[in-house]
Amino acid sequence: MIGIINGRVYDPCNGIDGKVRDIWVKDGRIVSPAEVDRSAADIIDADGMVVMPGGVDIHSHIAGGKVNAGRKMRPDDSRGHERPSRELSQSPRVYTRSGTGRSVASTFKTAYDYVEMGYTTVMEGASPPLMARHTHEEFEDIPILDKGGYILMGNNHFIMDCIRRNEKEKARDYVAWLLGATKGFGIKIVNPGGVENFKYKQNVTDLDDKVIGFDVTPRRILETLSWINDELGLPHVPHIHGLNLGLNGNADITAETLIAMTGREAHFTHLQFMSYGGEMGKPVRSAAEVTARVVNANPNITVDVGQVVFGDTTTMTADGPVQYRLHALTGNKWFNDDVEAETGGGVTPCVYRKSNPFNAVQWLVGLELFLLIEDPWRVYLTTDHPNGGPFTCYPQVIRMLMDRDFRMQAFEGISKLARKNALLPELDREYSLYEIAIITRAGTAKRIGLDWKGHLGVGADADITVYADMEDREAMFARPRYVFKDGVLVARDGQIVCERPGQTVYVSPDYDTAIEKEVRRHIEDNYTIAFEHYAVSEKELSNGRQVACKP
Amino acid sequence: MTTTVENAVCTFCGCLCDDIRVEIENDRIVKAKRACANGRGMFMDYDPTPRKPRVAGKAVSWKQAVKACARILDDAESPLIYGLSSTSTEAQKKTVALADRIGAMIDTTSSVCHGPTGLAMQALGEATCTLGEVANRADLVIFWGCNPAEAHMRHFSRYSLTPKGRLVPEGRKDRTVWGVDVRPTKTSRMVDHFIQIDPGSDYEVLTTLRAMLKGYRIEAEQIGGVPLTQLTELAHAMKTCRFGAVCMGMGLTMTRGRDLNVRELFALVADLNSQTRFSVVPMRGHSNVAGADQVMTWQTGYPFAVSFAKGYPVYGPGEFTAVDVLARKEADAALIIASDPAAHFPRKAAAYLETIPTIVLDPEENLTARTAEIFLPTACAGIDASGTFYRMDNISIHAQAVVASGRPTDQDILQDIMEAMQT
Ligand SMILES: [Zn+2]
Repeated sequence: MIGIINGRVYDPCNGIDGKVRDIWVKDGRIVSPAEVDRSAADIIDADGMVVMPGGVDIHSHIAGGKVNAGRKMRPDDSRGHERPSRELSQSPRVYTRSGTGRSVASTFKTAYDYVEMGYTTVMEGASPPLMARHTHEEFEDIPILDKGGYILMGNNHFIMDCIRRNEKEKARDYVAWLLGATKGFGIKIVNPGGVENFKYKQNVTDLDDKVIGFDVTPRRILETLSWINDELGLPHVPHIHGLNLGLNGNADITAETLIAMTGREAHFTHLQFMSYGGEMGKPVRSAAEVTARVVNANPNITVDVGQVVFGDTTTMTADGPVQYRLHALTGNKWFNDDVEAETGGGVTPCVYRKSNPFNAVQWLVGLELFLLIEDPWRVYLTTDHPNGGPFTCYPQVIRMLMDRDFRMQAFEGISKLARKNALLPELDREYSLYEIAIITRAGTAKRIGLDWKGHLGVGADADITVYADMEDREAMFARPRYVFKDGVLVARDGQIVCERPGQTVYVSPDYDTAIEKEVRRHIEDNYTIAFEHYAVSEKELSNGRQVACKP
Repeated sequence: MTTTVENAVCTFCGCLCDDIRVEIENDRIVKAKRACANGRGMFMDYDPTPRKPRVAGKAVSWKQAVKACARILDDAESPLIYGLSSTSTEAQKKTVALADRIGAMIDTTSSVCHGPTGLAMQALGEATCTLGEVANRADLVIFWGCNPAEAHMRHFSRYSLTPKGRLVPEGRKDRTVWGVDVRPTKTSRMVDHFIQIDPGSDYEVLTTLRAMLKGYRIEAEQIGGVPLTQLTELAHAMKTCRFGAVCMGMGLTMTRGRDLNVRELFALVADLNSQTRFSVVPMRGHSNVAGADQVMTWQTGYPFAVSFAKGYPVYGPGEFTAVDVLARKEADAALIIASDPAAHFPRKAAAYLETIPTIVLDPEENLTARTAEIFLPTACAGIDASGTFYRMDNISIHAQAVVASGRPTDQDILQDIMEAMQT
């Protein structure tokens, strides 16, 4: 039993905005004071400190084939970013595991870095179904954190065949089967149809372009998967990375895609990369106003930003053509992996420079989106780790949002060309701690569909972060005083003190089992592994937690 | 009585064929249908009968053996851990954990096969694809410095030569197939066009192809013993195909030029993607050598040749690669798992290995085990132990044990050793 008393509590799900409250913990859950024998409880006096639920990241790339290709390709990202193994207890002998890396850190280091920053749940942004087993194997080596993965479906042959033949019920049953088979958590759509077309050295640029060989369009893929998401009652909503990522003028197609989803629930990820103005070949401009306006007008839409942070990082996405383009543009090394009948993807290192006008505009777009989207429950903090920058930069971004002077100081340092006519100086908004708690845990947990996380109400998982209340918000959020996971103190003063496994959340929606025969035939015809070997069994997850669907 | 297991996974080579029908009588495999000669040998020759571990020439209990292992590792100042390529990722994970715990140097068989491929990847990246993309799409396949007809016997029928796919409905007929090697092989007999190059000239030939594809005029009439006309033809085939794949092997990685050869091939493939789609498929040998790369990378950030001596991973191909460590006599104890360095290493390295206390975990008493201080006859992952394996294209498959085991798994024993250690 633990009591965290006298702290100022920010618990937006329960409407608590900086009130002094005592939080009681028993058996890994938040409980009412009546359930606790105070004399037997460990008491943390959080007088003058800030208490929040543990951080919940809605979109980050931490595990799986692409991430590991990034690690392997970048020994330069590892060197100088080493974390030694450390003894936690003498008897029994317990050590943390050593590791390396910054933008593509090894698995154990990824977990420790997140936890030491006060995060307790992280969702992996994109796993090819065929590589789900790999993703889960890495999850097993990402301790402490709870995790789950979104499964790539926007270029899936079975689904596109169903759409062409107007068999959306069949597609629905397949998606249900696929989520269960991959132990995935939700539907991810990346450049629908464009990744398939890249296998012919082409792409899609418009919602009504044709996918080669399937006679379907990005629009129909989006509509069908959104309908399926609803039919299956998945905890999360369709998680969408649209068309033309990273290209000048893509804000128009992004706005069109957002509007196409009007009336449907959807999450648009790393909106920053999708909100550029200007024409190809001309200087890029921020078009954050364009996309933010559409988001503000559509209450069913949520976004995460994918903020750019200046410095070296590694970009990776299932959007194969994007990575090739970046490689061709920069000459940086390039990894690509086309995955049979499902998807593709690539990895390219990248340096975001203040002095580079394009990079500086990318930086501006992210901040402007944060400041222009009015409802904090619908805009979430991410860097699309590691695409915009490593997640370890979140505290810096938080300070940018909370501290206009700090933000403007940074603004003065960026490319003059990008500063010209920029909107950012006009945006006076400063985020409050309450709003930060929404965009980093309350809002994200709710949108992912993890009702027992992101808040401190009775019954919630006792994932709790206690911060010293410092004027320098970057320092404050970089090194919390205490981090509890399931009621266990796992980090103190920014250092891991206990290692334990985390959970993997997944869904397994019901479906008409008649689909299995068709899936079997599809796998026999289109894959190089047997149907029997495709699915990840429950036994392969040492700490899985199935989350119910509500069809 | 005969029992039958369908869809067993063959854990002999990097093809990981997962359609084997295994027949078992009295706990021994008597048939392995659909398996190639290599796979059949693996399934049928293996005797899963539990055997006692051996310490200093004497059969002992597992408990005693584990204690003896712990003592060796406790006493070692500079232990070397090597192997990993034929065991499951579950065992590989435990092995890296042990290395981390004791500050060991750890290296995998990658360093003597496709290590240079890894170095090339670190220099340039790698445009690759899963084997199903080759089967479904590739209208041009090139075998360069590899001989799947003998080393990956079912590669042709399952992935690269004959399978029918969505875009190659006629299978073999829809594919143009080239081979490049320094001598005719069983594989070169299967291709449409074979280019025999002079030994040691891969780099030159690859550079020439890159230059040609970039529009440079080549003045030499022959490159690497190959008439320029033949290379012109190959370059043309490359840039006009829809989806090309080049399967590459140790003919590039283990001959003069090594990683530079592979780099040039990777650069060629990346270049080709400005005109069409092209992928490279490294033909990884052992069943889970790709998995060893993966596990090492996700746990340490590096694929092989790692030292934990400083308390964190430090990467050093040439420095912490097992052959070099042994040749320089830097290790004072060794733990060898699922490989046979005594049979494959250069004489100097193998001879030194015999002089230091060595622990071997292996289902078979291989050459290394015979001279080792301790031999631990563990279960064979894929036959009498279940486990996860990564195919040469990094698709992972869970191989279910096909016969009951009386033997401990590698990971069980490694766990026991860690628990028995003082440090
Ligand atoms: Zn992402």
